[in-house]
Amino acid sequence: MIRTDAFLVAVAVASALGVVASQHQARKLFSELEREQTRAHGLEVEWDQLQLEQSTWAAHARVEKIARERIGMRAPVPGQVFSIEGVK
Amino acid sequence: MSKQRTVTFNHNPLLRHGLPAWRPRAVMLGLMACSLALIGRAMYLQGVNNEFLQAKGESRYARVLEVPATRGRVTDRHGDMLAVSTPVRSIWAIPTDVNLTPPDARKLAGLLEMDVQELNRRLAAGRDFVYLKRQVSPESAQQIADLKLAGVHQQQEYRRYYPGGEVMAHVLGFTGVDDKGQEGVELAFDGTLAGKAGARRVIRDRRGQIIEDVEAIRAPRDGQDLALSIDAKIQYLAYSALRQAMQTHKAKAGASVVLDARTGEVLALVNAPTYNPNNRSNLSGAQLRNRVLTDVYEPGSIMKPFIVGLALDRGKVQPGTIIDTSPGRMTIGRATISDSHRNGALTVAQVIQKSSNIGTVKVAMHFSPDEMWRLYDDLGFGKPLNLGFPGEAGGRLRPAKTWKPIEQATMSYGHGVSVSLIQMAHAYLAFARDGELVPLSLTRLDAPPVGGKRIFSAATAREMRGMLELASGPGGTAPKAQVAGYRVAGKTGTAIKLEGAHYTNKYVSSYVGLAPASDPRLIVAVMIDEPSAGQYYGGAVAAPVFAQITEGALRALGVAPDAPLVPLQLAQKQGAVVPARENM
Repeated sequence: MIRTDAFLVAVAVASALGVVASQHQARKLFSELEREQTRAHGLEVEWDQLQLEQSTWAAHARVEKIARERIGMRAPVPGQVFSIEGVK
Repeated sequence: MSKQRTVTFNHNPLLRHGLPAWRPRAVMLGLMACSLALIGRAMYLQGVNNEFLQAKGESRYARVLEVPATRGRVTDRHGDMLAVSTPVRSIWAIPTDVNLTPPDARKLAGLLEMDVQELNRRLAAGRDFVYLKRQVSPESAQQIADLKLAGVHQQQEYRRYYPGGEVMAHVLGFTGVDDKGQEGVELAFDGTLAGKAGARRVIRDRRGQIIEDVEAIRAPRDGQDLALSIDAKIQYLAYSALRQAMQTHKAKAGASVVLDARTGEVLALVNAPTYNPNNRSNLSGAQLRNRVLTDVYEPGSIMKPFIVGLALDRGKVQPGTIIDTSPGRMTIGRATISDSHRNGALTVAQVIQKSSNIGTVKVAMHFSPDEMWRLYDDLGFGKPLNLGFPGEAGGRLRPAKTWKPIEQATMSYGHGVSVSLIQMAHAYLAFARDGELVPLSLTRLDAPPVGGKRIFSAATAREMRGMLELASGPGGTAPKAQVAGYRVAGKTGTAIKLEGAHYTNKYVSSYVGLAPASDPRLIVAVMIDEPSAGQYYGGAVAAPVFAQITEGALRALGVAPDAPLVPLQLAQKQGAVVPARENM
């Protein structure tokens, strides 16, 4: 009788400790998830900003200005355009 | 004696003189009623009405957090960013809590990019809450947070950026400080773009760290991204061509729209004057105006091909039918209409080529007002296109019953009827698409629309394209519309402006054309309002803009040239033609 009682008490204590441990584990994992989600959001924001930056640098007005002024490019006059036949 | 002094309670002599029997019972009952009341109350609080106390308890550790949702991005048809929201922070303060040491004040002012006096002036204002600066970049906001100043707080907000700047301004519109659409696409598609903030309940520990996610009350719904039909490159081409023309002709305003003839998508939509959506501190109504969509005008001669098309379609005339336009004037009722040049006898094709008013009127006389009204109605005049754009104009097309003969005559050549530029471009789709009209779209279509509304037969549309090609050729009204390597077809319009009820000496020059004429890919419509540098004919003012846009756009789209190679080689000798066009 006493032996069964002792066994049951031991099981109960072990299970209680298990609950505590897993609860702790869950909280730790959750705060990690939280951190990662914040990081993901941050990266998404950065991606947006980089795309924004890219489209600012690659704006047609800027490209044209540089092509004309710095590199000295110009649109071809009609006589300079040749079509190659047979190429699709 | 002593025995009697040490009585126990039971033997209290007072009790011996029998108390009435109801008294102990009454006390007993009273006590029991009290304890029953307590038990009842406890059960009520625990079981029946427990929300209030539970909520009170939860509020000690649980918090509802708002999960912000971002507004959708707007891209062009190739996925280039046109509008993006990025987080910024607003710095605010509770002045009474702020106690800045001079070095701190200098540092803070430096980070906020304002001088110390300005900062102190804001903090001295006797209010409980002041914004020190709104929409500060996250980097400087972090530096401000690192200063750890008492009474200075931050809050997260979103700011919309438009990398396209003034080129895209009228298409995109803009959002307000609260990230809601106020103009243009931002307003028209606000329902799609706007995100919906979510909420979740969490448990926080003493240090404010979230330790458990209890439940998601609402998942945040980020705004959807929107791919417009606009092609950023063509848009820029159209913008720079228009700006150039505005300067050369000292015009008051200008507008242009480019459509994809195969799908009905809007590839470019520009207006001048324009504004920078990223800096809207001093905007005027003229800058905000989207003339392509919201302004109507009397189109003038660009209207002529429609009624001629109907006459060809019904077999009333052939392209070679001779119409006598001499002596260059014609009287209907009490009014007289005239041509700008005396043309004598013209074929129907030449009526379009030379843009003869009288010839057009004579063709229109084959129809009753009702038939003509139905044509214009089918083409979409007089009612908005329903693109969902704010303030879209429908133009004016009066019911046929009220038309007088002179009005029917003037309407055939585009006076007495008003349309918007995009309606005009849309109606020209009927010529470009072999007689079929499809609805326009501001968003990118994945598949071309099937089955449009048939206005003309395919044969008529082709004949009309041939005539329009003559109009932009040598001997037509707009040789300056020509593009090297491609055949173009189009029509000029020069309309006198109506102010109040009187015609003035101000003009609206316009040109609508399609290219390449053999298999149209593009429709380009240009309108220049009040050119005042001497020239005002559509062929001289608007046609070169058309040519410039079309040339660049066809090259950008990689459309194979359809003009024979020989003129291309010949063009080498006429090399001076192109620079001359650029100077116009």
